[in-house]
Amino acid sequence: MDAFFVPTIDIDRLGLDEGGLLLVRRALAQLAVGERLHLRGCAPDWDLHLTAWCRQQGHEIEIHRLADGPLEAVIVRGPWAQDRWRGALESGTSQLAKDEMPAQIADAAWGLAARGATVEAGSPAIGFNLRHRDEIWAATAGDLYRQAAAAQWDPQTAIDWDAPFDLDPEIEAAIAQVMTYLIENENAALVVPARHLGQVHPHFREVQQALALQCADEARHIEVFTRRLGLRGHRPMLSTAGGQASLHTLMQAPDFSSATFLLSVLGEGSFINLLNFLHEHAPDPVTRQICRLAARDEARHVAFAMAHLEHRLTAQPEFLTRLQNAVEQRHEELASSAGLNEEVFDALVLLAAGALTPEAIAIGHGAVQRLKLDMAAGRKARLLRLGFDPAQAQRLADMHTQNFM
Amino acid sequence: MTQPTLIMGAVAYAPKVVTIWEGFKAWFAQQGFAFDYVLYSNYEAQVEAQFDGTLHVAWNSPLAWVRADRMARSRGQSVQAVAMRNTDCNLRSVIVVRADSLLQSAADLRGKTLGVGAIDSPQATLLPLHHLRLAGLIGGQDFTVRRFDVLAGKHGDHIGGERDAALALLAGDVDACCMIDGNHLGFGLDGTLPAGSTRIIERTAPYDHCNFTTSPDAPQDLIDRFVELLMSMKYDDPQVRPLLELEGLKKWKPGRVDFYPDLAQAVDEEGFYSADGRILRADYRY
Repeated sequence: MDAFFVPTIDIDRLGLDEGGLLLVRRALAQLAVGERLHLRGCAPDWDLHLTAWCRQQGHEIEIHRLADGPLEAVIVRGPWAQDRWRGALESGTSQLAKDEMPAQIADAAWGLAARGATVEAGSPAIGFNLRHRDEIWAATAGDLYRQAAAAQWDPQTAIDWDAPFDLDPEIEAAIAQVMTYLIENENAALVVPARHLGQVHPHFREVQQALALQCADEARHIEVFTRRLGLRGHRPMLSTAGGQASLHTLMQAPDFSSATFLLSVLGEGSFINLLNFLHEHAPDPVTRQICRLAARDEARHVAFAMAHLEHRLTAQPEFLTRLQNAVEQRHEELASSAGLNEEVFDALVLLAAGALTPEAIAIGHGAVQRLKLDMAAGRKARLLRLGFDPAQAQRLADMHTQNFM
Repeated sequence: MTQPTLIMGAVAYAPKVVTIWEGFKAWFAQQGFAFDYVLYSNYEAQVEAQFDGTLHVAWNSPLAWVRADRMARSRGQSVQAVAMRNTDCNLRSVIVVRADSLLQSAADLRGKTLGVGAIDSPQATLLPLHHLRLAGLIGGQDFTVRRFDVLAGKHGDHIGGERDAALALLAGDVDACCMIDGNHLGFGLDGTLPAGSTRIIERTAPYDHCNFTTSPDAPQDLIDRFVELLMSMKYDDPQVRPLLELEGLKKWKPGRVDFYPDLAQAVDEEGFYSADGRILRADYRY
């Protein structure tokens, strides 16, 4: 700074307790440590307040009276504000360019800071377990988050809850059983990503956001399935031990990638077939509407899971074996359980049949068999895309839980 | 052979005190210095422990310094103020009225009610009363003193007394109240005293606040090393900075005692301690 230039500010009638400190701080920030700032003011007791503030902040200060009467303060900038940022951490790039990736490992000491922020040294290391990029990253996570944010729908207005329909009590009971089953499955589809969400280092913002909206989607699905279930006065129906045992294994998956693989690639992928089946065969417009919207959401979840696993397998091809093990282990655990309960199976047949006559039931049964084949074919196609050879893909697709999710 | 440990006393005026001294203890250990601390619920017990061999040094309020100094002198001993915070130097207290008050100066307080802090608060009670005495007004005689006693025994370390007095001022329960200069700014910034709602009518002379007071016969080599390490603490050290911020300082400075005489005089005027450091006030509960 020019040796002859003495920076001077006049805070006039502005009290230091009325915002004047902002002007003082900004003026001091322009100075090097040890340089002087002259300050004048005429608010009551500004000099006393300034002296107290400088003492607290570690700036030297002298107050003297000018020849023409008013007081003037001379502040010598102390080093403390600058010292705070010595050794500060840089935390990456806020907005990723196309094909740019976040850090390979997010520093625990970056904590909750916005990605790209300068983080004070000594900030607490926050124990986010998922802080290695390859364990969670998906190249399209940001795009999928934006799609999800744009596609959020309001259950109150997106569904015509007052649409007229009148169902045979047997058919309405079948709807109630299917909804009971869907809610149970969506509870798992909410809980599994939610358990991981809290472990994701915020550096991987796009993944965090995609998972957050995935949870929001599932919360909405639970709402609409619950509302449809009770729309004609039914209470929730049967929940079987076998069904819950199958879902429980999803919560026990050993890592994020395996859980995402089992839940989304295999489970939610199969669920899209189921929801499309219900959209096609449901006997009432409300059920058809909610299944159409839910299927659209589930497709994003599958897309995120596929993108994540493609990233992980590119970085760690050997992880394919872990995925195979995950399917086999789940299959072993569920070997003694019943799979899809009879009540749900029969309800699906009945919905596709539309009536309890033998002819209609034969048609419904055939439709459900085709649904199961479609599910298996879809699973195999996704497994092939991830790099399993055809025989392996077929075997693993067939080992998937009979409970669908 | 076990390394000798420096034992320091501190008063637990808030839960953060444990965090502060545990942090300092760990930092001292990293420097190879054996340090431990004893917490007291009040400064009176702490100062007394400086004379029974319990403590080598105490983190004392200015009032505790006055008492320790008197007790030592009466016994033919001496205590030293070896270090203090940069923020302990050149404080002032202020006497504040509502902005629309007719009171303009100390003289106008005659016949009025002054809200003060805890009975043992140097900044919010003893020094302002001393200031008014210099202006010719004696508390309890020329004006009514209303005490806002929060955590007596902690020598005003707790801000509650000053805050309660400030709130009483706004409520019209007292005509004026006392506080430290930084708290007047702080109460303005946090909205306790909305900006422009009050006016300062008196400022005390500058005085100093806390210091590390050595105990008589404390091992000089331990004290020297302790002070040397304090002075080496750097604000740019991320391990130390949070502790310094909790304790409210940017750096430690060598102790000085030439800004305590006003308080010593106030102690005599209010009959708080005797010349040999005995507690005289019968209404002092801690």
